[in-house]
Amino acid sequence: MEYLQIYGKMLLIRRFEQRVAELQRAGEVPGFTHLYWGQEAIATGVCHWLTEDDYVVSTHRGHGHCLAKGADAGRMLAEIMGREDGYCRGRGGSMHVADFSCGMLGANGIVGGSLPISTGAALACKLAGDGKITVAFFGDGAVEEGVFHESLNLASLWSLPLLFVCENNQWAISVPVGRRQAGGGAVALAAAHGISACAVDGNDAVAVVEAAGEMVMSARQGKPGLLNCQTIRWGGHHSAQPTRAYRTEEDCTRGEAACPIARLGKRLVADGEATEEQLQAVRAEADRAIDAAQRFAQSSPLPRAETVTDYVYYEGSAE
Amino acid sequence: MGQITYAAALNRALAEAMREDPKVVVLGEDIGALGGIFTVTQGLLEEFGPARVFETPLSEACYVGCGTGLALCGWRPVVELMFTDFLMVAMDQVCNQAAKLRYMTGGQAKLPMTLRAPIGARNSAAAQHSQSPQAWFAHTPGLRVVMPATPADALGLLASAIECDDPVLVLEHKSHYGDKGPVPEGRHRVPLGKAEVKRSGKDVTIVGCSRMTLLALEAAEQLAAEGIEAEVVDLRSLNPLDREAIVGSVSRTRRAVVVDEGVLDFGITAEIAALVHGELFDELLAPVVRVGAVHAPIPFSPPLERAAVPQVADIVAAVRRCLGKKPADI
Ligand SMILES: Cc1ncc(C[n+]2csc(CCOP(=O)(O)OP(=O)(O)O)c2C)c(N)n1
Ligand SMILES: [Mg+2]
Repeated sequence: MEYLQIYGKMLLIRRFEQRVAELQRAGEVPGFTHLYWGQEAIATGVCHWLTEDDYVVSTHRGHGHCLAKGADAGRMLAEIMGREDGYCRGRGGSMHVADFSCGMLGANGIVGGSLPISTGAALACKLAGDGKITVAFFGDGAVEEGVFHESLNLASLWSLPLLFVCENNQWAISVPVGRRQAGGGAVALAAAHGISACAVDGNDAVAVVEAAGEMVMSARQGKPGLLNCQTIRWGGHHSAQPTRAYRTEEDCTRGEAACPIARLGKRLVADGEATEEQLQAVRAEADRAIDAAQRFAQSSPLPRAETVTDYVYYEGSAE
Repeated sequence: MGQITYAAALNRALAEAMREDPKVVVLGEDIGALGGIFTVTQGLLEEFGPARVFETPLSEACYVGCGTGLALCGWRPVVELMFTDFLMVAMDQVCNQAAKLRYMTGGQAKLPMTLRAPIGARNSAAAQHSQSPQAWFAHTPGLRVVMPATPADALGLLASAIECDDPVLVLEHKSHYGDKGPVPEGRHRVPLGKAEVKRSGKDVTIVGCSRMTLLALEAAEQLAAEGIEAEVVDLRSLNPLDREAIVGSVSRTRRAVVVDEGVLDFGITAEIAALVHGELFDELLAPVVRVGAVHAPIPFSPPLERAAVPQVADIVAAVRRCLGKKPADI
């Protein structure tokens, strides 16, 4: 039954992203959005092991992490649409969506920028001494940033309860990982910093759940780890970006063929863990949830211009 | 009031805050056994132990971000940068992350982090250990910036910074660490955003902060011998800026000289001159005169170093100019 829930969460993320893309085409989503479709097994499989008190930090491609950690789809969609009832009251948008009430400390517009912050959240967990952990999600591009190495070193040196999760979708905008990175990639680099690491097929929800389960348990005992999840970016870097200039049609459709949701669904039916009808019911439930989220977001007002400087400082501090 | 050094005053602020609030922790390079290269964290490791005093690797971006993460999760970190110049290595974490997080999250984030960093040209530390880049940070929404000139203000401002729920950058002047001054014995706070008139006078207002306040006081002393009574306003905070105190003083003296150790162009003095001109254009007897560092990195050789940043004589000359006096008049 656990996996049926995981299937449902992955599907919720998928439907959410599909709706975001639709709404964006309809002109209802300002800016640009980096969609998480195709990578759902990673956020879902890792967050499966987390409680509301654990922390996660995320990236520009952060909708999936937010939903997997327990954020509400309506308030997220409202944020992405720049509405007052969004999690960040329309100040953050897709790239900065956060829900502190469920330990989601924020997407991030700076590649690698959330990794140092994750060391502090993890140090807070360690100081609290109550077994909480922090998970840092990041893309393969972040591995090239200096702060990746600094953060791995600090986590290792201070035995931080911190799990690094690399979502290796092979691309950073238009350049494949092989043209960006020398050396052995995230797993080898983790080893160089004394951090135990393993690679997993990030399109296989069961494999992610199993690998993450062990690493989350180690992290709770003060042993940081790195999980390198191989996955595939579906389509362009962000929702409006054409890929023709750098990516073959075949490479783009490879993702859909490896769809982690279809794969898990097939497996559940084959193993007799779920029936086709049950999956159908889960799909219908996801559709209902996203319809409700859209109604909520569309009925939320846009922020008033005169509030533009609200929330720069903490109320009650010096002015 | 006892006399203690600026470094000892900062140290007292840290130790008192750590005793009062178990959520206050300190992070930085060489802040343990050595007590920081300017002695500000001396004794903290002994008193509070390694679970409150974190000696970090040489990873400025990482440990500033670590402070941010701690602050987001309910701690009150004080992060020491060995030199303000090294903050530039952590610029993303300061200006893109810490300063913006409260805003970007629509008020969800509370970020009570204090960053302490030494500024100033002194002792031929040369171009990468001598800068006064306060304008960069004062230009960043979300980041409070304070610049104590005296031991008492160092104690009071750092104590207030630690209690503040916004990220605060405390810029400490390297020339001041060994300077002694009177400091109140008991609890002492200097509110953020409150300037102080450090000398009263009716002829001209000199606005400064940090070391420039001390040079302005020396300049005022020299000018007094010529019969010119200068008022010295010490900003103490750049953000929040005490606009009322500046405008209040200049509305009485009707002349202003603004001094800053940062590069003159596009700097603090331009902001204050614009404020004064905007508010008091009709009352001013002369345009505001600005004094700041030259448009060059801080050089190594002593005569060049002196030439790069404002000296007392530069402030005296600026005041005379503001009063319409030619050198020959004196
Ligand atoms: C410091 C920084 N450099 C560059 C960018 C521009 N940028 C945004 S996303 C991206 C690619 C990141 O690739 P990866 O980390 O693999 O994440 P993915 O987009 O594949 O999920 C780049 C270069 C940025 N946002 N921040
Ligand atoms: Mg990538």
